[in-house]
Order: sequence, then C-alpha cells, then structure tokens
Amino acid sequence: MTLQIDHITKRFGEFTAVDDLSLTIPEKEMFGFLGANGAGKTTTFRMTLGLIDPTKGSITWDGKPIDYSTSSIIGYLPEERGLYPKLKVKDQLVYLARLRGMEKQDALKELDYWLSLFKVPEYRDKKVEELSKGNQQKIQFISAVIHKPKLLILDEPFSGLDPVNVELLKDAVVDLKNNGTTIVFSSHRMEHVEELCEHLCIMQKGKPIVHGELRAIKRSFGRKKLIVHGDFNMEFFKSHPLVTKARITAEGANLQIENEQAAEEILKGIVGMGLIRKFVIEEPSLNDIFIEKAGAAYE
Amino acid sequence: MNNFWIILWHTYSTKLKTKSFIVTTIITSLLIITLANMSNIINYFSSSDEKEKIAVINQAESSIPIVDHMLAVNESIVLEDYDGSVNEAELAVIEGEYEGLLILSLNNEDLPVGEYKSRSVADTSKSLELQNALQQIKTEMAASKINLTSEQLSELYAPVEFNTVALEENAKTEEELSQARGLVYVLLFLIYFAVITYANMIAMEVATEKSSRVMEILISSVPPIKQMFAKILGVGLLSLTQMVVIGLVGYFSLQKNLSSMEGGFFEAFGFSDLSISTIVYAGVFFLLGYFLYATLAAFLGSLVSRIEDVQQMIMPMTMVIIAGFLIAMFGLSQPDSTFVTITSYIPFFTPMLMFLRVGMLSLPIWEPILGIAILVGTTVILAIFGSRVYKGGVLMYGKSSSYKDVKKALQLTKKEDSAD
Repeated sequence: MTLQIDHITKRFGEFTAVDDLSLTIPEKEMFGFLGANGAGKTTTFRMTLGLIDPTKGSITWDGKPIDYSTSSIIGYLPEERGLYPKLKVKDQLVYLARLRGMEKQDALKELDYWLSLFKVPEYRDKKVEELSKGNQQKIQFISAVIHKPKLLILDEPFSGLDPVNVELLKDAVVDLKNNGTTIVFSSHRMEHVEELCEHLCIMQKGKPIVHGELRAIKRSFGRKKLIVHGDFNMEFFKSHPLVTKARITAEGANLQIENEQAAEEILKGIVGMGLIRKFVIEEPSLNDIFIEKAGAAYE
Repeated sequence: MNNFWIILWHTYSTKLKTKSFIVTTIITSLLIITLANMSNIINYFSSSDEKEKIAVINQAESSIPIVDHMLAVNESIVLEDYDGSVNEAELAVIEGEYEGLLILSLNNEDLPVGEYKSRSVADTSKSLELQNALQQIKTEMAASKINLTSEQLSELYAPVEFNTVALEENAKTEEELSQARGLVYVLLFLIYFAVITYANMIAMEVATEKSSRVMEILISSVPPIKQMFAKILGVGLLSLTQMVVIGLVGYFSLQKNLSSMEGGFFEAFGFSDLSISTIVYAGVFFLLGYFLYATLAAFLGSLVSRIEDVQQMIMPMTMVIIAGFLIAMFGLSQPDSTFVTITSYIPFFTPMLMFLRVGMLSLPIWEPILGIAILVGTTVILAIFGSRVYKGGVLMYGKSSSYKDVKKALQLTKKEDSAD
C-alpha cells in the first residue's frame, strides 16, 4: 500500500503550479514535503486528495486511484484551519467523522480518547470560536485522525502552537506512524522534518529539486559546515580558496567547505593567528540544504 | 448512513436550532395570529371608544330631518341639536366637547345646504358620511317638490343591470377572478418571500463554510455536487418546516375566528372559498422556484471568500426575483396581457408569473406543464454548471469576488488543459 505520485503536472491557465512530479511514498512511512511559499505543496496535496484533478499524470494509493470511495481511509489537515466557528467541538468532530464513514458511537469514543490525550477534555462542549488558536489546532488535528486513516496528509501541522503543544502533537504523529499510518506532511520548520522523516522532497516552483532519504541527501549535499570562533580577524575567509561561502558573525565565522580535508588545511593555516575558541565541523542541517537549494532559484 | 443524508440532516438540524430561525418563526406566527384576530382587535378598540358627537345647528326655518336619518344609518356618529350661537358651538368643538359642527341652512330653492366644521379636516370619512346623508335628504326633498312618488324615485335611482360574461369555456367569472386575485396575491407574496429568504440562507451557508475553510475538509470527504444538493434539500426541508408551522398557526387561528370572518376582508381575499388546485400549483411553483434560486445561490455563494461579499454577489439574483414579483403585481390586474404571457415562460420568472396565470386564468393544461418543463430543465442545467463552478469556487480564495471568477473556478476543475 504505497502512495504513488506518477508524473503529475498541474497548470492553472499559463501558470504551472506543479511540474512533472513523481514520488513514491512507502507504507508506514513519514514523508516530509518542503518548499518555499508557492512551491506547489498545497496543490500537490489537493490533487492527492482528489480536490482538483491533475492536468497530466496520476496519483494512486495501493494501485487504485484516489477518489471519494477512498475518503474514509484518508485524513487531511489543511494548512488554513477550517472548522465551523459556531459549532460545538463534539458536534463538529462527530459530523466530520461520520462524513468519513464512521459510526456515531465509535466517533464519540475516539473523540474522548483524543481530547484526553491532548489534555483538553473540557473543550468537548465548547464552541470552536471560544478556543484559542493553538487549541483550535488540536481540534483540527483530531478531525484529521479521528476516523483512523491509513494515509494522513498534514499541511503545516505545527504552525501556531507553543513548544509544549508541538511536542504533544509530534508524539501523537510518531505514535500514528508506529501504528502503521502513512504520513505525508509539509512544513516550513526544517527541524521538524529532520526529526521526524526518513524521506523527504524539497519543492521549488513546482519541481522537486531534492528528493530521497534524509541521510543520503545530507551525504550527497557534499558540503560541510565549519564554525570557527576565535580572537582574530576573520575577514580573510571571504577570499580563502578552500571556503566556498563565508559569513562573519560577532564571535567568528560560519564557513562552508567541500570536505573534511579542507577543514584540516584551514586549521593549519589559522594556528598562531590568535586564540581559537571553537573549531567545529558540522553536518549540513536541512535548513542549510533548503536555503542553498531553494534560495538559489530566487537569485 | 449515506453521506448525503448526514449532510442534509446536519444542515437541517443545526439551522433549526439557530436563534434567528426560531425568532423569525415565532414573530411570523404572532403576526398571523394578530392578522386573523384583526376584526376582534378593531372591535375591541372601537367598542371602547366613546361615540363621536357632532353638534348640529339648523339655521333654516323648517326642520331638516338629518338627526333621525343619521341615527338610522350609522350608530357610531351621534348628531345633537345645539342650542346656541355658531361661535359658542365652534368654541365647544375646539375645546373637544364635540367632534365637529354641522351648520344646516336652505338655499334659494329651498334645498338643504351643509357646512361642516371640525378641528382639522384630516378625517374625511365623517364629512363624507354627513354629506351622503344630506344628499339623500336633499334628493327626497327635491323629489317631493316636483311631486315624484317614492316608487318613481327608486326607479330613477335603481342601478343599471350590467353583467360581464366570459365566452371561453371554463373561463372564470368576474366574481371568481376577484376572489382568485386575493388568494394568488397572498401566495405570490409567500413564494417571493420564501425564495428570497432561503436562497439567501443557502448562499450564506456556503460562504460561511468557505470562509471558515471547513469546506476543504468537507470537499475532501464528499463530492461537491452531493454536498450542494444535500444542503439545498436541507434548507428546503427547513423552509417546509417553517411553512408548515406558519400554515398550522394560520389555519387554527382562522378556524377560531371563522365566525367573525364572514364578509369583508377575508372574503375579499378569497379565503372563504379556497381553491385546491391553486394551492397545489402554489406548492409546486414554490418548490421549483426554490430549487432554481437555491442552486443559483449555492454556486454564487461558492465564489465569495468573505461573508461580507455575499450580499453583493447575490444582488443581481435578488433583483431578478424582485423584478418577477413586480411583474406579477402588475399582472394581478391584467393576467392575460401578452407581456405577462411571454415573461411567464422565462424560467426565472415562471414560478411567480406562471402561477399567477394558472391561478387567475383558465389555461389549457399544456401551458403550465410547458412552463414547469422549461423551469425544471433550466434548474438541471444550472445544477450541472453550478456544481462545476462550486467545486472550483470553494477552493478559490482571493480578494476579488466577481463574476469573472466563474471562469477561474471552471478552469480549476478542468481535467485537460487546452494548451496540451
């Protein structure tokens, strides 16, 4: 049961929102979907859900096209929060769960489970408009998972939450994954993707520019990050032949280098120039890769 | 339970519980109870009123028998001979002792002349009655002067016999027509009112779901066309509920007041002799009109991003409904004019105008059937087109809410780009 996105293209008139995107998302996998604003993430999700049809290509789940007959096995958390402001939490969650093919009694049971898991059982009979934004987000999350979907699509699930609640939701997502749910989620927060996903895809203007397993991506990125803090002027790094990119900070410099040998050479060069407080080689963070890859297209 | 019924029931039950629905139903019911008891209410106030006294000063030598005459025809006006000068009487009127002052005299030909004085001349009904009474007295006096017998007099004043006969078969008689007019008027108003109210409700419902973004979840669970019709039927059921409540209230309050209803207001509206076929046609045209406009409202509602824009968006639709109503009002007096006949086949006007014609004329059966067929056909086309716009429209968020968005919405749902 894999989610297969096969050469999809979506055009809105002249504008191409998604351009020939192919992805395979294996079962029980957490897949990260990254991209700057307007990169085509939400459009891809909407096509996956069948909200809009792709101009070309196909999307299948378990070899079958996704349509309204499969809506009971798919859960969706939209980027823009969407709940009935005037309805009680209980009423609307039960309503949405029943639309996804759940029986009322089961929905009520699940509802109580999730409300207590998120430590908000007292909101059961409150109207959504009375809740804070973060708590509305929890309710929204429950609406996406209450019917125990096999495929869960989360568009920016952690935005607008405080750190405590982010942890709460992350734990819930990890639990769902461990119980066999295939999860696709998008985020601007790279550390969340880095922490949760084995596979990811970075979108840029409708095209996937990086795609694959997290560790492989990091390895193949090739560049390392070197942090040097010390009591000497580091302006010369900007023209150093082994440094591909240098940013001078208050305490020292953040450098980008090709490999570890370069770091060794640099270290030899700066010994004796002054006290070296810090000299660290770091794996590139996803953030660096994202900025490098996605940012390049802006320039 | 099927998704369709879940949405239908959800729409119905949540709307049923809203305060605005309950309040409007109660207010309308109260209004109907008040109307049905109108004659009682009027009686109550008028019976407690004091009889209006009017002072009479007769300046003629002979007596003019207006006091007795008035007593015979109208009990609520009491004439009283006033002993005193005109100035004193006028003072008494200003002080409120009398409602008015009637000064009678005879002219050169010995016929009565009257002058009525009161604080203001705003109330014309009293002076008219006095004038009528005096007119009759004058007629009698003039008649006796030229020695006419009372038989001759009544012969002279007998109204001419004049009958209007419709030659067409089944054509309604004049009397039937004026009765039908009342009933049709009331039902027309009901159709107009209900279509505007509930079409509005649908547009608001869709726009609310869209602006609160719950639409994205809904539309990923249930096909838009199913959603749209579940909502239209849900609100339709709601409107029927309201109609039934109001209808029952109306029926029972009319039943209770049946005795006070003979003649006058209610008979003029044709309530004493309800025509079943007119009621059935009203029901049919009400439902079809509702579906046509509800479908239109649903897809217009799907085009706006903010609730504030709904009114602006459905304004043209509201205008069409009002235009139909105005034509119908004009048609009440001329139901067989060519203009009304032609417009009754335009689907957006059919619910009101074809109903008007069916209610007031004796149409061959194919005419309403043709009208209904055109209406149903248009509704189906609108539903197919509307559901496509709806599907795209609900995913479209932008500042502008205009009819250009229809094109954009259709583009969103297009499978193959024409550029390929």
